[in-house]
Amino acid sequence: MMNIIPLSRLSGLASPRRLSRALIPMLGITGFLLIWHLLAAQVTTSLGTLPGPVQTGQQLVNLVQEHQAERSRERAFYDRQIARNLTIKAENPDAQVRIRAFTGRPTFFDQILTSLKTVAAGFLLAMVIAIPAGIALGLNKNLYQAMNPVVQLLKPVSPLAWLPLVTIVVSALYVTPEPLVSKSFLISLVTVTLCSLWPTLINTAVGVAGMDKDLVNVSKMLRLRGLTHVRQIVLPSAIPMIFTGLRLSLGVAWMVLIAAEMLAQNPGLGKFVWDEFQNGSSDSMARIMVAVVVIGLIGYLLDRLMLALQQQLSWDKTGNHR
Amino acid sequence: MSKHYLELSGVDMRFSTDKGEFEALKNINLRLKKGEFVSLIGHSGCGKSTVLNLVAGLYTASTGGVILEGREVDGPGPERAVVFQNHALLPWLTVEQNIALAVDNTFTRHGKAERRERVAHFLALVHMNHAAHKLPGEISGGMKQRVGIARALAVDPKVLLMDEPFGALDALTRAHLQDSLMEIQAELGNTVIMITHDVDEAVLLSDRIVMMTNGPSATIGEILDIPLQRPRNRVLLSDDTHYHQLRRRVLSFLYEGHNKVSQLGGKANVA
Repeated sequence: MMNIIPLSRLSGLASPRRLSRALIPMLGITGFLLIWHLLAAQVTTSLGTLPGPVQTGQQLVNLVQEHQAERSRERAFYDRQIARNLTIKAENPDAQVRIRAFTGRPTFFDQILTSLKTVAAGFLLAMVIAIPAGIALGLNKNLYQAMNPVVQLLKPVSPLAWLPLVTIVVSALYVTPEPLVSKSFLISLVTVTLCSLWPTLINTAVGVAGMDKDLVNVSKMLRLRGLTHVRQIVLPSAIPMIFTGLRLSLGVAWMVLIAAEMLAQNPGLGKFVWDEFQNGSSDSMARIMVAVVVIGLIGYLLDRLMLALQQQLSWDKTGNHR
Repeated sequence: MSKHYLELSGVDMRFSTDKGEFEALKNINLRLKKGEFVSLIGHSGCGKSTVLNLVAGLYTASTGGVILEGREVDGPGPERAVVFQNHALLPWLTVEQNIALAVDNTFTRHGKAERRERVAHFLALVHMNHAAHKLPGEISGGMKQRVGIARALAVDPKVLLMDEPFGALDALTRAHLQDSLMEIQAELGNTVIMITHDVDEAVLLSDRIVMMTNGPSATIGEILDIPLQRPRNRVLLSDDTHYHQLRRRVLSFLYEGHNKVSQLGGKANVA
């Protein structure tokens, strides 16, 4: 039961082990880049050979430069407006002046930001629905048995199947003269929620149903009722499983998002990939390759973030820490 | 004080299983006086825990019932606090918070300061103030069980129910906790029902030992009074002939009268 590892043991063995721990993944990455480089050159397409790591790296640099250029264009645009407004004001102090918003093309990095916002919104909505629903299912055996077939049926549905339906429904229901968020954002968000809530729902329900029976008896003995029982006993018991579910959900959410953005034309990474595909210039493939790498990297970082959050918030430090 | 503080009368307990009905207990009759310490002893699967769960209110008797201070037991509650075999502390709460959870939910009409004081008092009673802010995962099994006992006592139960409280501990820790329990018992005078497998423990701690026959349809085979003077000292008792006679009585009941091996035909799975 004692899970305190002496610090001396950790640090004593660490130096050679830590070195090899850093070295072996580096070898893996190098090997992967090498194979990518060699194989990509073998594939010839209508747009030239498949880009290898070098071309992809060059495109990344290009994308950064485009972003910087766009930002300086934006700054210049606003500077010009301010200067013009000042001269108008100087000639006629009563003149009405206004600042027009910059309507430049969103850069790759703008699109990353949009994607992150969309996935965060969709994931949070999924969490808000799935955790309470999972607790309800875990606490009530009959409800669980009634809902289980429905959950199992809806869980494997592809985002591509949901998307047309979501698009139609959102278009029908979301009609406001001055929309707070764009329709495409909402469509992507709802699709992400629909696909990503299941792992959290199922893991929460299983975590709650599998509570230690003695702890349930403690709760009965203390006559903890309703919300107190849920807050004091049920929720903390299920926290490790809830986090496992949330990590899976976030992974699904990120994966679904790209597909949803592609079809919903939400200005995110998915749309970037789609636009480049439609564009079909000689750089397109390398630019898509950059997006692929960035999508993977962000997915990995989101998972690490969730893991760090789990280690902060969960009482169970022996949990699933891969 | 009423003569019969706690009474089990004509209790039968049947469980429905996939293979039909299983009768765990048959015609259990037991009366406890206030402040009495009673041990339940018997082989595994004889339904000792079932008896305890019935008194706790976690089970409801198929026939008969449990009466505590003139009122029938109809569900679990803090006036019948349980010390669980594997302590059942909430692993996400510190030692102090575990006891506070019990106190705060039982003494709802008392002030916050008064409740804090009560938590501190019971932590001190089981000598655990030094670990008040540790999590259950950070303390030893014996310490955890001390906290489990403190939590049960802190809700001021009419009956303390202990389900093999020291069964999972090593012999030395067990002896320490038995001594602590005797001290606490001398101070608070709780009414206690304790399940045990350990004959020495039963004789050392109890005023009476209830010996149960083997299941299915287990019942009370014999009740033995332990008139040894208190405070009891385990070292002195080891030379006491009366102690050895009492011990022998229990052993002979368990291993001559109701030997498990001779009755292995019965599928006694209800512990």
